[in-house]
Amino acid sequence: MNWISVFADPNTQWILFGSMLLGLSSGVIGCFAYLRKQSLMGDALSHAALPGVCLAYMVTGTKSIFFFLLGAILAGILATVSISYITRNTRIKQDSALGIILTVFFGVGIVLLTQIQHSHSGNQSGLDKFLFGHAASMIQQDVYTIAGISVVLVALCILFFKEFKLLSFDQGFAKGIGLPTILLDQFMMLLMVTAVVIGIQAVGVVLMAALLITPAVAARYWTEKLHVMVLVAGIFGAISGFVGTIASSMVNNLPTGPLIVLAATVLFIISVLFAPNRGIVAKAKLRGSVKSDFKTVAHQGVKEKSL
Amino acid sequence: MTDPLTVKNLTVAYQKSPVLKDISFRVPEGKLIGIIGPNGAGKSTLIKAILELIPSITGEVEIFGDSYKNTRKRVGYVPQRESVDWDFPTDALDVVMMGRYGHLGWFKRPDKKDKAYALKCLQQVGMSQYANRQISQLSGGQQQRVFLARALAQDAELYFMDEPFVGVDAATEKAIITLLMKLKEQGKTVLVVHHDLNTVKEYFDWIMLLNVNLIGIGPTEELFTKEFLQKTYGGSLAMLDANSSPIIVSPR
Ligand SMILES: Nc1ncnc2c1ncn2[C@@H]1O[C@H](COP(=O)(O)OP(=O)(O)OP(=O)(O)O)[C@@H](O)[C@H]1O
Ligand SMILES: [Mg+2]
Repeated sequence: MNWISVFADPNTQWILFGSMLLGLSSGVIGCFAYLRKQSLMGDALSHAALPGVCLAYMVTGTKSIFFFLLGAILAGILATVSISYITRNTRIKQDSALGIILTVFFGVGIVLLTQIQHSHSGNQSGLDKFLFGHAASMIQQDVYTIAGISVVLVALCILFFKEFKLLSFDQGFAKGIGLPTILLDQFMMLLMVTAVVIGIQAVGVVLMAALLITPAVAARYWTEKLHVMVLVAGIFGAISGFVGTIASSMVNNLPTGPLIVLAATVLFIISVLFAPNRGIVAKAKLRGSVKSDFKTVAHQGVKEKSL
Repeated sequence: MTDPLTVKNLTVAYQKSPVLKDISFRVPEGKLIGIIGPNGAGKSTLIKAILELIPSITGEVEIFGDSYKNTRKRVGYVPQRESVDWDFPTDALDVVMMGRYGHLGWFKRPDKKDKAYALKCLQQVGMSQYANRQISQLSGGQQQRVFLARALAQDAELYFMDEPFVGVDAATEKAIITLLMKLKEQGKTVLVVHHDLNTVKEYFDWIMLLNVNLIGIGPTEELFTKEFLQKTYGGSLAMLDANSSPIIVSPR
């Protein structure tokens, strides 16, 4: 396939549009998860979504985003409750608890997925694509749903921007002025699970956390303002979705998820290297110029003394 | 006129043994009060329990004769500086602006008036030239002052400050204490966790001595004595002589 035919196909146009909106909303939500140091939680939630989605499919027998969301939310709640139970009642720290829960849920998910594959209707279901994503399998209806939910997610982040910002920066202060921090916390978690579920088809559960966090981490390099960071992360996410989907539609049989995440990673590397102020090159330049300034000053000082 | 703060039988525990035992006291209006006690005495815990940031086992807290839920807007809080990650993408002015959020309510964005107010608060702590500086690029003392300015922006009548003088140079400390005294003159009540016993007499008109139990609360001249301090600090206190300032000697 060449470039022209890729863009001319209306189906591909839809899929591109869907992937971009998905990247946008993931990037925006990921910012808050990253700043609240919940990157690992994103990973746990997306892995935990797999058994939930599989169960939803087994019970209802349909591939409906609504039921998937229900299953993923239930699994996400179970996962977060288990994590906080383990951290509170044992000596296991949160990162280890996250690791345990993540692998257990993912393991159960794989078992269920294999079960579905072996059942008669299952091998047509395309659920195996849920691991690494396959954007091309999205139909127009899916894209509508993904686009609609993405817009709602971004709108909610804009609406609650002030509250989310305060919660991310200083939870104690937020609680002090009367914000329902526990409720807001769970609300953010819900947004994250929702992003994971709409990303399952295009990116897959294994790498969805990367699409949440990588654009946010990359965006952090470019700015010292939260609203700019959120905007940049959204743009980075959208670019990643676009590039990854194009690449996978041009090369046969490559899953979309890894390509989208690779695109995001390239943006991340560019940010680390070339971002103004925070980037490695900018820092090296600054150090260099300060050094040479200092040397000339010191040199002049020596000259004056010797005179 | 109801007292700004009344605490009755407050007991708080993180684990099995309580870190605050049956604390009861009232605080009159217009006082600058030092909360004094050794490390781990429960000073921060007391403030957090009053502000319902942590649950208490028993006890009642009344702020201006009402529950804290109804009086939040009249209360300001300066947490210990380490309680947040300073590498957050925001600048000093923006942090101070967060002090206005409680007055704004849901969804409303701070407007020009709030910004002007926040700038004024930054000015009061001598930080206006750093308004647009990213917060991780401020020194520890400057960060402390930003937190203080945020509390000022809350425009409260009762303030809780957890060690606002830590890591602050002498000149800044004087500036801050002048500011707190000004608040007091405006009829506001300020409770400050303070560690430097040398300045207690000079700064506070009331003190609260705390070490798990409440040792005493009242006018500084009555409570800032050898007996009371020894009760509070146990064996780690040494007084050179009755008139000079006490110094803390570690038991080790
Ligand atoms: N989150 C917590 N979990 C368990 N124990 C805690 C926690 N926070 C404080 N403690 C314990 O409660 C006691 C009181 O702590 P608190 O922070 O109130 O002391 P403090 O008087 O503020 O001390 P400092 O002068 O060091 O700030 C200490 O013994 C401490 O070990
Ligand atoms: Mg403390």
